[in-house]
Amino acid sequence: MATIGIGINNLGYQQTLPPDWPGGFWWHWLLFMVIIIVCVLILVMAAIYIERRGMGRMQSRLGPNRAGPFGLFQPVADAMKVLLKEDIVPTRADKLVHWLAPVVAFAPVLMIFAVIPFGDGWQLANLNIGILYVVAVSSVATVGVFMAGWGSSNKYSLLGAMRNVAAVVSYEIPLVLAVVGVVMVAGSLSMNQIVLAQDIPFFLIQPLGFLLFFVAGCAEINRSPFDLMEADSEIVAGFHTEYSGMKFAMFYLVEYAEAIAISAIITTLFLGGWRGPLLPPWLWFLIKLIIVFFVMVWTRTTMPRVRIDQLMALAWKFLLPLAVINLLITAVELLFWSDTITWLMVPVNIVIMIVLVVLWSKFFKLGWGKVEV
Amino acid sequence: MKFERYGIGIVKGLMVTIRHLLRHPTVSQYPEQRLNTSRRIRGNELIWNREDCTGCGTCAKTCPQGVIRIVTSTNRETNKYVVEEYEIDTGYCIQCGLCVESCPYEALFFSYNYECAKYRRGELVQTKEMMMETPERQVSGYFAPERAEKLPRQTLLVERITEKK
Amino acid sequence: MTLKTEPFMLNMGPVHPSTHGVYRMRATLDGEVVVDIEPVFGYLHRGIEKLAEERTFTGFIPLTDRLDYISSMSNNMAYCMAVEKLAGIEVPERAEYLRVILAEMQRLANHLIAVGSFFNDCGAYFTPFLYMFREREKILDLFEMLSGQRLTYNYMRFGGFSQDVPAEFMPALRKFMGQMPGMVDEFDRFLKQNEVLLARARGVGILTAEQAINCGISGPVLRASGIEWDLRKADPYSIYDRFEFDIPTGEFGDCYDRYRVRVEEMRQSLRIIEQAMDQMPSGPVRSDLPHLVRPPAGEAYTHIESPKGELGFYLVSDDSIAPYRCHIRPTSLINLSALRDMVIGWKVADLILTFGSIDICLGEVDR
Repeated sequence: MATIGIGINNLGYQQTLPPDWPGGFWWHWLLFMVIIIVCVLILVMAAIYIERRGMGRMQSRLGPNRAGPFGLFQPVADAMKVLLKEDIVPTRADKLVHWLAPVVAFAPVLMIFAVIPFGDGWQLANLNIGILYVVAVSSVATVGVFMAGWGSSNKYSLLGAMRNVAAVVSYEIPLVLAVVGVVMVAGSLSMNQIVLAQDIPFFLIQPLGFLLFFVAGCAEINRSPFDLMEADSEIVAGFHTEYSGMKFAMFYLVEYAEAIAISAIITTLFLGGWRGPLLPPWLWFLIKLIIVFFVMVWTRTTMPRVRIDQLMALAWKFLLPLAVINLLITAVELLFWSDTITWLMVPVNIVIMIVLVVLWSKFFKLGWGKVEV
Repeated sequence: MKFERYGIGIVKGLMVTIRHLLRHPTVSQYPEQRLNTSRRIRGNELIWNREDCTGCGTCAKTCPQGVIRIVTSTNRETNKYVVEEYEIDTGYCIQCGLCVESCPYEALFFSYNYECAKYRRGELVQTKEMMMETPERQVSGYFAPERAEKLPRQTLLVERITEKK
Repeated sequence: MTLKTEPFMLNMGPVHPSTHGVYRMRATLDGEVVVDIEPVFGYLHRGIEKLAEERTFTGFIPLTDRLDYISSMSNNMAYCMAVEKLAGIEVPERAEYLRVILAEMQRLANHLIAVGSFFNDCGAYFTPFLYMFREREKILDLFEMLSGQRLTYNYMRFGGFSQDVPAEFMPALRKFMGQMPGMVDEFDRFLKQNEVLLARARGVGILTAEQAINCGISGPVLRASGIEWDLRKADPYSIYDRFEFDIPTGEFGDCYDRYRVRVEEMRQSLRIIEQAMDQMPSGPVRSDLPHLVRPPAGEAYTHIESPKGELGFYLVSDDSIAPYRCHIRPTSLINLSALRDMVIGWKVADLILTFGSIDICLGEVDR
């Protein structure tokens, strides 16, 4: 396991590249930049394709199947259509904010991919604070969304942007607490180390954390059932109502790139990343990524969306206490079972998860106080 | 205790959706696969039978929209009307079928085809030459049971889907 | 120091993805809470009541199709019954049974759209909508076999129908009746216990029984508020007193109850169709009438239980070939008048949901 990247490790020495790496630091950086940008764009196109075909089949119809064999060129056709459209800016919009919003929303998403390992040590930068960097950077995308909502001078956009800010800020906390549980079990913040520590995949050892991270992740990226930031049936299109052309393409890209990013993080943290028996590591990574993304598509097809105050209630009253209790139980287990991960933790944790979820659901009354159910 | 709000409903919904992945989608790919329309389809155009029409004008009086225009002249030898102009403005027609029903001599029918889009609005007005029955323009069986027998059977969705309960 | 806020006015315009037609609501919002709404409609007004005075009685039947364009057969039936009452026309037995079958099939089709679009407004991204449209396609195929068109049928005439059913209608209907109960059960499995739906629709948009009676509401909205009033049992028309069926009612009058009442009504409609299919005699389907009907001078009012509520036709004739006055009791408009009471104090998302659960059709509101 070679650490190919320059970073300051915790002893203060500067780590060097392995001796046979051609070119040095800057060629390595360039190669991975190109790989990441190309991979992200291709993965986004694959995600759009999977979503449209998968959702179509689950709705008893075909997805797009005319643009190319089996509709494989449909994302390309979408991209070309969007590029050729006229760029309309509302008259009373704040021009600079309106123009800058897609950029501010898109850049952090690409930056997340810098620390996700596609293979053993195959990252752009092997930061030893990997997951903290991810959490910090992904919050910046919200600023872009709020700029879009404000700069559009449209009441619908403002409503959507306000909802988005409220939701993202609330869901950061259960997200981070679920991650802390994983970090405690793995013993390090670096993403590569977390993958290497998963002899048993962490979704078995931390089932409650997995559930919490999945739900909080879906809420962070405006994915159904929490897509009320761009609810089609209520506020026309939310914060990107007034965007057209390439800027709309950026927002569209941001939505799917964030979905892929959250799937990649879930794969790395909970499903074992690139580990697997026979196939090459990057292929395992892709397979797990696509499975997680498919589960997101599946939940999008099935469930109606929640309302904004139900969203906040879910974050503060349901996910946060469960996250704190999860942390407590993980800490207790690690203390008393002398920080070796035994297979015994698996059934114990699953039972605890079921008991907690059932118990906490009893606190939720239906009927909004007006109706006794 | 009732296991109502504990996530069971969501799981059941997910099961239903995923089972649809394995079913055949209810889609027919037009224009490669065309379904047979009903035998009594009230298509866009009308077909006029020159021999049976006597120029009585019942269809024009019955039409709620008033789209039929008939101009006749008398023929003194045979003591019959000669229909000089018979025009229907299919742009205003609402395809209600009252004209076809009310014709006492069964000289007016609907057409069986439905792909009759035109490029200009003026082309929607059909004169009597354009309303003849040709092999491309078949007669539909609306209010004409003996013609309906000869048309192909309608494709029904209940017969194409055989889901078990 | 408290932050000063003021309510702002949001115009949910005539063109909106979720208003069922061209309907405009000017909502005054305080943050996300609805303070006041002001409906503006009339965008689809076509003057049908005035046009009735210029068409003959028979020539007006195609126009009644376009009132509540989702449930055309019920409109046709109400108008034909009004003229038959005015002119004293007898309807043959077979035609009566067939009318019941078609009206109940139309009720099924309408409730499928109503429930499907309710879920669309909820946010379940077209999946229940498409499942229900697949079932509605089967019904529309059967209607196309009878009348030649899929939406505006123009099939009923005074004293029966324009033509008898073709030979393949009954076997196809039986096949449909074999499949449909299973499909309704599948919809229930999919959606009835969904926690998100329960959280969204339970207790939301409550219409109490007293408010409902005061506003003159009818149809599933009234039954969901707990009042057991169905014109098919309270004032039986046609031959509905020969069939056995229940009237489903709700408990609280919220959006979830309206959804459940519609699904249960679908099941009861299936029951009625089964009984009617078994009991249907053979015989003529149309009584012998001249093409231009000329009722004697007088007036008549008939009302039926259309899928959306009580649809009534008031006809005044003065012994000519056209009505002197035709007035339509618009179900959707009267049901809509309760929207303001149901929605004030709730949020924007609930506004859309409650509006969708009343199930209106703009063709009827504006006429």
